[in-house]
Amino acid sequence: MSYETKTVSVRDGLFQVEMRRGGKGDPLVYLHGAGGQDAWDPFFDLLAERYTVYQPFSPGWRGSTGLDHLDDVHDMALFYLDLFDALGLASVNLVGHSLGGMFAAEIAAMDAAYVRKLVLCAPAGLWLDEAPVPDFYAMTQDELMAALYCVPPAIPPQDPAKATPEQRQATARAAIEQAKALAASTKFLWPIWDKGLKKRLHRIKAPTLIVWGDSDGLNPPVYGPEFQKLTPGSRLVVIPGTAHLPMAERPEEFVRVVREFLEAP
Amino acid sequence: MKFHWFHLMPYPDLPPDFREKYRSVWVDVPSHLYDPVRGHQVYNEYLDELEYADAMGFDGICVNEHHQNAYGLMPSPNLMAAALARRTRNAALVVLGNSLALYNPPTRVAEEFAMLDVISGGRLVAGFPVGTAMDTNYAYGQTPVTLRDKYFEAHDLIKKAWTEPEPFAWNGKFSQLRYVNVWPRPLQKPHPPIWIPGGSSVETWEWSIEHDYLYANLSYGGYKSAKSVMDGYWETVDKMGGEANPYRAGFLQLVAVSESDAQAEADYADAAVYFFERCLHVHRGFADAPGYRTIRSLEAGLTGTLLGQRSGRSIYQAGGGWKGYLEEGNILAGSPESVTEQLREVIKGLRIGHLMLLMQFGNMSREKAMKNTRLFAEKVMPNLRDVWSEYEDRWWIKPLDAARRAAPAVAK
Repeated sequence: MSYETKTVSVRDGLFQVEMRRGGKGDPLVYLHGAGGQDAWDPFFDLLAERYTVYQPFSPGWRGSTGLDHLDDVHDMALFYLDLFDALGLASVNLVGHSLGGMFAAEIAAMDAAYVRKLVLCAPAGLWLDEAPVPDFYAMTQDELMAALYCVPPAIPPQDPAKATPEQRQATARAAIEQAKALAASTKFLWPIWDKGLKKRLHRIKAPTLIVWGDSDGLNPPVYGPEFQKLTPGSRLVVIPGTAHLPMAERPEEFVRVVREFLEAP
Repeated sequence: MKFHWFHLMPYPDLPPDFREKYRSVWVDVPSHLYDPVRGHQVYNEYLDELEYADAMGFDGICVNEHHQNAYGLMPSPNLMAAALARRTRNAALVVLGNSLALYNPPTRVAEEFAMLDVISGGRLVAGFPVGTAMDTNYAYGQTPVTLRDKYFEAHDLIKKAWTEPEPFAWNGKFSQLRYVNVWPRPLQKPHPPIWIPGGSSVETWEWSIEHDYLYANLSYGGYKSAKSVMDGYWETVDKMGGEANPYRAGFLQLVAVSESDAQAEADYADAAVYFFERCLHVHRGFADAPGYRTIRSLEAGLTGTLLGQRSGRSIYQAGGGWKGYLEEGNILAGSPESVTEQLREVIKGLRIGHLMLLMQFGNMSREKAMKNTRLFAEKVMPNLRDVWSEYEDRWWIKPLDAARRAAPAVAK
C-alpha cells in the first residue's frame, strides 16, 4: 500500500517534523521507539486498511528538527499536542511503542481531550527495583538483537572489501541514523527511564490497551501488569512468540489485537 | 621541551583470569576485587613515585579522574594533588583533570582548583576534560546527548567565577546560582593554565584553539596511532590561523628505560602485559554511549567502521606481547640512547612541546618505576631539553618566586 512522506511545521517552524501518512479512516497516530522507524512496515499497511495512519518522527529522529528545544518528556508531550494542532487533529487514536509508548502515556495524561483510545506497546517509563530493566545502551549488537527479537532477522554477512562505495555509504548513513536516534533517546531515557510517569498514569481518561511480547528481553513483561495496575480501566494483552517488537514479529496478530480494541464500542 | 610524569594508579592485583571471568575493568568491575589493605600500600607507593619524579626534575606530575575503574584509582584527583602540593616544591601539579559536567555546582571545581593553586604557590595546571563515556555516562549517569552542553556551560561559569571580582548571578540551563562568589581566588592570573585532555574530535580541537588552551592527546595507543590524530590537530590549527607552536600540544606515551633493550624487556614486559591485557579490558558496550560523540565527529572519523564498533569483547585489542607493543608503538622502550633517539623522532613527528610519560604501568613495582624514572631523568631528559627552544611556552604555570613561598615550620 502507499504512503506519503511530508514535512510539518510546528510552532512557527521551531520544529520541522518528518512524517509518513497512509490509509483512510479515523486518525491513528503511531509513535516510534528509541531506535526510530526505518520503513513503512507491513503492520502499517494492515492498520491503514481502516485508519489514516500518521507516523511522525520525534524531534531528533530522522529529518525531524528541534530536539534542542525539548529538555524532558513534558516538553515532548507538549510538542505532540502542538503537532496534533498543526495537523488539525482534534482527537486521535494514539499508539506508541517503547519510548513512543512512554510519550503516548504522557500525552494522554497531560490532555485527555486529544486521545480517543490509547495503545501502549511495551511502553518505557516504569522501574521496579526487584526487576531492573536491562541496560540496552550497554549491550553489544548481538545482545541487543537477542533482547529485541524471539527470532532475530538474519543479516546477510557483508564483506566490507567487496562492498561498492555506494553500499558502504549506505551502511555508514544507516549507522549514523541509528546513532542519532539512540543519542536523542538518551534525553528521555538515560540512565534509568523512570521519569515520574507513575505519578501521572492515573490522569489517563482514554480507554487503554497495553500490549506486551511474552519474551521481551529489553522491557521485561513483568512491567505489563504494573502499567495495567496504574492506568485506570486498562487491559493487558500478551502476544506469545514475540519479544520487544510484536508489531514486527507477528504483524497480523498485533494488528488484530489493536483493531479489536479500537473498534470495540 | 617539557616532560611530565603521569600516573594512573592501577590496582595491581587483578586475578590472572580477569579477562575470562569479568567483562570489564571499568564501570561494573565488582569492588570485592579491591583489597583496601593492599590499596593502602599502593596509594602510598604511587604518591612516592610522583614525589620522586618531582625530585628528579620532571616539569610536571600528572593526576587524573576516573570512576569505577580498576586501572585508574583516582575518583578525586584533587585529593592526590593536595597531598602532592605539600610534599613537592617545583613540579607543576597537572590535574588532567576535573570532568566539569560531573560537579554540581561546577563552582566546586573553581573552588578546589583555586585552593590547589594557592596552596602550591601557583603550580596548578587546570585540566578540563569532558571525561569518557564510561566515567560520565555509565558511572555518573550523565545524559550523553546533553553532556557537552553541560560541560561548556560549566566551563563558562568556572572561568567567570575565577575572573569576576564581584559576586554575580548565573542563570544557566544546567546550573542556577543566585550568588557566584568563589573564595579563594586562584593565585595565577588571570587563572591557572587550562589544558584540554581529549580524543580526536574536531570540535574539541576547534574549541581548544579558539580559547587558546593546550590540547593533550591522551590515549594508550602510542605514537604511531597518534600520528593521524596530531596531524588532524595541526591542520585545524593551521586552518584557524593559529600559531604552530608545539607547546600548545601535549601527548601521552608509555615509556620504559633500562640499561639495554634486552634489560628493558626483562624489567618491564610483565607489567606491560598486565596493563594491556587486564587494565584495558573494557566492555565494548561501555565504549561509546549513544550521543557521547557528536554526529559531526561520527561523520568525520568513523563512517566506515561504525557498524562493527559495538561487536567483539573489549575496546582494546590485546595479545601483542612485548614485541607487539613495541612494534605498534604502544610502548617506547629500550636503552637510554635508544629511547632518546626514538623520542626525538616522536616529539618532532607529532610536534609536541609537552610529553606526558606513563612510566609506571600495570602492576609495575615501585622499585622498577623509580628505576625507569631515574634513568629517564638522568640519561634521556637532558638530551632532549633543547628541542623547541626557539618557541615560547605560553601554556605554562607562573609560580610565586622562591622568596615568597611559604616555609614549613618543621624541616623535613
